[in-house]
Amino acid sequence: MGRKTISSKPDIIFPIIGFLAFLLVVSFMITLIVDIAIDGYEKLIDPSFYTSYPSRFPEKAGILSGWVGTTLVMAGAIFWSLLIGIPAGIYLEEYATKRGIIGKIETIIELNINNLAAVPAIIYGLLALGIFVYRFKLGESILTAGLTLSILMLPVIVVNTREAIRRIPRDIREGAYAVGATKWDTIRDHILPYSLGGILTGLIIAASRAIGETAPLVTIGALTFIAFLPPSPFTSEFPFFSLEKAWEVLMSPFTVLPIQIFNWVSRPQAAFQINAAAAGFVLLVLTVIMNALAYYLRQRVRRKYIW
Amino acid sequence: MVMVSTIIHNIKSLFLKTTNKTTETVKIKTKDEVKKEGDIKLEVKDLNFYYGNFRALKNINLKIPTRKITALIGPSGCGKTTLLRCFNRMHDLYPGSRYEGSIIFYPDGINIVAPNIDLLNLRRKIGMVFQRPNPFPKSIFENVAYGLRVNGIRDKKLIQEKVEWALKSAALWDEVKDRLNANAYSLSGGQQQRLCIARAIAIEPDIVLFDEPTSALDPISTAKIEELIMTLKEKLTIIIVTHNMQQAARVSDYTGFMYLGELIEFDKTQKIFTVPSQKLTEDYITGRFG
Repeated sequence: MGRKTISSKPDIIFPIIGFLAFLLVVSFMITLIVDIAIDGYEKLIDPSFYTSYPSRFPEKAGILSGWVGTTLVMAGAIFWSLLIGIPAGIYLEEYATKRGIIGKIETIIELNINNLAAVPAIIYGLLALGIFVYRFKLGESILTAGLTLSILMLPVIVVNTREAIRRIPRDIREGAYAVGATKWDTIRDHILPYSLGGILTGLIIAASRAIGETAPLVTIGALTFIAFLPPSPFTSEFPFFSLEKAWEVLMSPFTVLPIQIFNWVSRPQAAFQINAAAAGFVLLVLTVIMNALAYYLRQRVRRKYIW
Repeated sequence: MVMVSTIIHNIKSLFLKTTNKTTETVKIKTKDEVKKEGDIKLEVKDLNFYYGNFRALKNINLKIPTRKITALIGPSGCGKTTLLRCFNRMHDLYPGSRYEGSIIFYPDGINIVAPNIDLLNLRRKIGMVFQRPNPFPKSIFENVAYGLRVNGIRDKKLIQEKVEWALKSAALWDEVKDRLNANAYSLSGGQQQRLCIARAIAIEPDIVLFDEPTSALDPISTAKIEELIMTLKEKLTIIIVTHNMQQAARVSDYTGFMYLGELIEFDKTQKIFTVPSQKLTEDYITGRFG
């Protein structure tokens, strides 16, 4: 009998503690979302909020340059981080020899990739300021911002790519090699497609962190007050796309939503607080949309490849 | 069953021989060429194999006869799978493996374990079927076509013909002909293993290595695979590693018994299972250890 009371107590207590902890986390989130939604309500339902530039007058101020900036910068960051992160992950998993001098370098890089994910974002901002802005003279531009956030995202993407590759059963690889496939054949036809789900998971985590970053972008010189948009690279004449204009887009000065929010929050007028809350809600929605998209893509890939 | 697939194969090889004139990459053995092959397909001479510092194979000497089924038996960890994976150099995928000695591949007379050998070409000539069915998570058709594609065959019609031929040879065609585009994972375990056999033979290798091909399958699927292996030996040299002594006795012509990295005895299967010359072999096949 005594034994039974000992063993059954934790069975009740722990689930209760766990549930309360869970409730606490969820209630924080719900409070936050509901609070900013209520605070920003009058702005959120106002269409001109989304199509106006920032202004000295809170009632006229909008987030057009903010959400356009965030979208373009994130597109750049995702592009660069996947372009560099996936090959880096594949190299470390598939090609790294771990022998000789190159092997030593590989080991050092490997150990540090995990550390890199923990480096404060502002350090990356200083790095980017030194390299992209001063050394490569890329200016305080959308291109620089995309590159900066991609450095921030890289470690997470590399680590997730490697884990996804490691999850592919050895048998599948050997099956490919056994019919005379080269290493590249195997990577292109098997490793890459089957690890796409895990790579997308990494992308979600990394991008969700990067979209809210303010510090590194302020460091490289993001503006807080922008009353124009980058030019559209699309033209009315064939071939409907101008490289020159696209380059102009990349080199444009920019602002992003978090910076806009920060700027509004620090204003004395109470009306700006409403704007800040509304912009915060928009940022949240953008993150959710991004996550939902990545989740959908991942599920599609996962359904195809179940081991 | 044997008759039918032989006939199908003969018709098919006649047919494919005519299409050969346009494509040089594919060659199907004619009867004459088959005759030209010598009695010995592989000759293992003083083979030692190391995983790092561990010597997994010790002075193996062995002659694998052409178009016969050779079984390798022995207790777990005896090196039979290690030896099998030397024949298509699968060990090279992992660092720390080292070969000493030679495996001569006839009729070309090349040494398989030489460091400078073309591995892609070798694996094209020596196919492999694994312990667990390992189809790619792609369509049934793509699984079989994959070997052809990576070996540079682009002609769609030829690929289709070869896939059909391989699936028929693997006794799977009738079960899958209506759903070639279905995912290979929708097949049962036994069907998946036959699909892997089809994938291995689609590129017309000289030798197919079987690494305990039925250890993950039920008895009915096992029987089908065994029957299939026996029909395949008409045009292929087969080496099969098995835990199952009855299986070795049922399907193989020659049997090698391995123990602790050494080849203890190699002889006709009938002799190994009736009058083994080594005490150790006798103890193993009578179930006294292992």
